[in-house]
Amino acid sequence: MEMHRKKRIEILLEAPAQKRLTDLLDRLDVTGYTVSPVLGGKGHHGAWSREGLPSAAGAMVSVAIVVAEERIDEVLEPVFELVRRHIGIVTVSDVMVIRGDRF
Amino acid sequence: MKAARGQPDVAFPRPGSLPAAFFKEVTLSILDLAVQNLASPMVLFFALGVAAALIRSDLSVPEAAAKLLALYLMLAIGFKGGAEVSKSGLDPSMALTIGAGILLSFFIPLAGYFFIRMTTRLGAVDAAAVAAHYGSISIVTFVAATEIVRGLGLAYEGYLIAVAAVMETPAIVAALLLARRAAPKEQAGESMGTLLREVATNGSIVILVGAFFIGWITGERGMDMISPFIVDPFKGILCLFLLDMGLVAGRGLRQGARELSPALIAYGIYFPLVSAAFAAPVAVLLGLSVGGTALFITLAASASYIAVPAAMRLALPEANPAIYLTLSLGVTFPFNLSLGIPLYAALAQRIAG
Repeated sequence: MEMHRKKRIEILLEAPAQKRLTDLLDRLDVTGYTVSPVLGGKGHHGAWSREGLPSAAGAMVSVAIVVAEERIDEVLEPVFELVRRHIGIVTVSDVMVIRGDRF
Repeated sequence: MKAARGQPDVAFPRPGSLPAAFFKEVTLSILDLAVQNLASPMVLFFALGVAAALIRSDLSVPEAAAKLLALYLMLAIGFKGGAEVSKSGLDPSMALTIGAGILLSFFIPLAGYFFIRMTTRLGAVDAAAVAAHYGSISIVTFVAATEIVRGLGLAYEGYLIAVAAVMETPAIVAALLLARRAAPKEQAGESMGTLLREVATNGSIVILVGAFFIGWITGERGMDMISPFIVDPFKGILCLFLLDMGLVAGRGLRQGARELSPALIAYGIYFPLVSAAFAAPVAVLLGLSVGGTALFITLAASASYIAVPAAMRLALPEANPAIYLTLSLGVTFPFNLSLGIPLYAALAQRIAG
């Protein structure tokens, strides 16, 4: 099967800033993104969990985007500028997709 | 510590003199109210939640159920307030009390910031974020206070619901101004207008104010229709909700306690009393009833832990959330629920009515 090389950006971000990020992605005209809730984990400040939080503060979400390799800088720079001040992790990986024209 | 020699004795009235008798009486009535309150199912369920979290029990209220309980409480309290206003009619004190609430919510963070910078080692941005929480209000503390006030056989002005709703946001403006003054470079970028619109239209405010207007419009007829839903089960549902709050506070304390210095913990207890001292004369000037005075003081003394933390993550992301969340939810909320509210009610009984 023919496969196409793309870049996948995953942003693990604190939940209150989620809308800021997805609004930015809309403005950048990315072809799509996926938002998932994150249950918990461990980082610089120890373990955390979304369980029983009364506020969106403290919860995290994961936002995944697949973009064409030539667009990576144009998407990554404004995304990182937004995420920089918040709690989060940005990772970029190489992925293969089947329907290359979609991204 | 030994008492300093030559201190004037006016500060320590002789036993039997008028001030001593007065203070004894006040202390007894506060103790009485506090004991009565501590032995109430609401406080005991909250304590059970804290204890369960501290012993690492797997007891939990599912997230969606907790949200539903909160919605129920906002709907019930909003509706009851609106129905009360429709019964008593509009009076000018409503507009005045709303105005006073807005001013208090704006000025308490300024005082809070000053106190926190004086008594703790917190930096400017963290201090501004904490100050925002203490200027804003906790609607759950307010709901618990209405039950305590009702338990004392006191009525209160229904429009205090509307006062609660408007007191949530001005504190955020004050805190952002403080933070921008202290660290102007870091605070650029986030638009205050967008942020305030998001806080002012958050779900709990919309349901609270919406239910208030529905209660106002439908009045006694509406109350008769839905009182089996919003009056009779109210206390039981509040207990279940407070159990969940106890679990959250206990977990928060377990994870966040190391972020809190003794000076910060002290702030979480004494600053609500400072806010109460600001609010008490205002309530008297407004001519609120005894119950209304107790609730108005409670609003000023409570600290937000739902709307403001989320707003602070956007507005002041450099501030450490473990500090303000743990302080507000783990220290001030339990203090207000157990001792603070009875204290404010006792104070209201002395100064109002």
